[in-house]
Amino acid sequence: MGTLLTGLDWSIFFQPAFDGSGTYLRFLLVGLEWTLLLSIAAWILAFVVGSIVGVLRTLPGKLLRGLGAVYVEIFRNVPLLVQLFIWYFVLPEIIPVFGTWFKQGLNPLLQQFISGVFCLGFFTAARVAEQVRSGINALGRGQRMAGLALGLNPMQVYQLILLPVAYRIIIPTLTSEFLNIIKNSAVASTIGLAELSRQSQQLGEFTAHWYESFIAVTLLYGIINVTVMTVARFLERATRLPGYVGGGK
Amino acid sequence: MYAYDWSSIPGALPYLYQGMVRTLQITGVAIALGVVLGTLIAVARLSKNSILSNLAALYVNGFRSVPLVMVLLWFYLLVPQLISSLIGHPGFDIRLLSAFVAFALFEASYYAEIIRAGIQSVSGGQVSASLALGMTGGQTMRLIVLPQAFRRMIPLLLTQAIILFQDTSLVYVIGLAEFFGVAYNTGNRDGTLVELLLFAGAVYFVICFGASMLVRVLQKKFAS
Repeated sequence: MGTLLTGLDWSIFFQPAFDGSGTYLRFLLVGLEWTLLLSIAAWILAFVVGSIVGVLRTLPGKLLRGLGAVYVEIFRNVPLLVQLFIWYFVLPEIIPVFGTWFKQGLNPLLQQFISGVFCLGFFTAARVAEQVRSGINALGRGQRMAGLALGLNPMQVYQLILLPVAYRIIIPTLTSEFLNIIKNSAVASTIGLAELSRQSQQLGEFTAHWYESFIAVTLLYGIINVTVMTVARFLERATRLPGYVGGGK
Repeated sequence: MYAYDWSSIPGALPYLYQGMVRTLQITGVAIALGVVLGTLIAVARLSKNSILSNLAALYVNGFRSVPLVMVLLWFYLLVPQLISSLIGHPGFDIRLLSAFVAFALFEASYYAEIIRAGIQSVSGGQVSASLALGMTGGQTMRLIVLPQAFRRMIPLLLTQAIILFQDTSLVYVIGLAEFFGVAYNTGNRDGTLVELLLFAGAVYFVICFGASMLVRVLQKKFAS
């Protein structure tokens, strides 16, 4: 490798990429697109699954509560990389019909993407579940009882009273989970998905301009971070409930 | 049905054990250096000197906005170049050193935030009292504030250590074989990737679940 930090050549981003897809700038932007697509898809999955598991953990029944707890413990206590490899290498092998279709019927990019979404989605759902649970518990029993006393069924109590308030209380922590998903999505580079950090490694490997590549990608992650935080702060202000300032009561 | 073949695991156990030792080495070094550096950064961030506190904030926010994968790749780029320009060809595993440095600096930014919150949780009265007793600012921090802060932070610091223990598996991206890397390589070599990955997942689960149970017990003890 060349000398340390001398002679950075930024014109590299305007040279054609090795795969003929355009310039290296475009090459990185394709990575950015995959990072965002993966993160957003995984976030939607995490939000839905996390809400269900979080609600399970606040129900009176011991069995459902226990199921929710088992889910959270399993997904929290196995490293993300191991979970990804299990989604990508293990499940398609051991699930009979669906696995065969997954391996033979889908192109590699789609296989990587779906594995990435499921992995990040279910992983983050465990954390979202904990927050949804704490959000609901922060409301105290009064709201739930008032809802039931008004003749709503338990489903309606959650849907109309508890969840809308709980979500608004936990927006700040949900935001940091979204930022975590974006950062965690870099793990998908290990199964070959062409997201941002994968593209930066490829760029480095093919051009030997490691510093330019890493600096550009690090800045891109920084920009995503700042953008998401700005949007989240706006969202927080727009949905703020009088009497419930952030986190607790 | 998939025909499981667990036969390659018994023979691989010594290597898996060595891998686990390496995992624990990285975790240990990162905790030790991370807590020390994290404490310094936390104190700097709370300092009245605005240059110092801004630098500390920049450090923390910088590391926290970049994926750990990128941090590992960065240090695997920087450390070898730095070493070779300082002492020439190194006689040791440069990947391990890169991982130590990356994890120590990365974890420091996470520990700094935990420690900062801990310091802030110690009431201002304590600080005023020790200053009134004639202690210097440094003495107040060292003898009064930090001991109380650390006692309160222990559960959070341990939880962070469990996350760190899991995150060490990411050194896979710089080709360093710790526990996960050994499991993956063994599975790849023997065509038993399914079994090895499931085994690795189970081992991580048992260790991390056990450790988090312990933390919960500790937490109750400290709370009372």
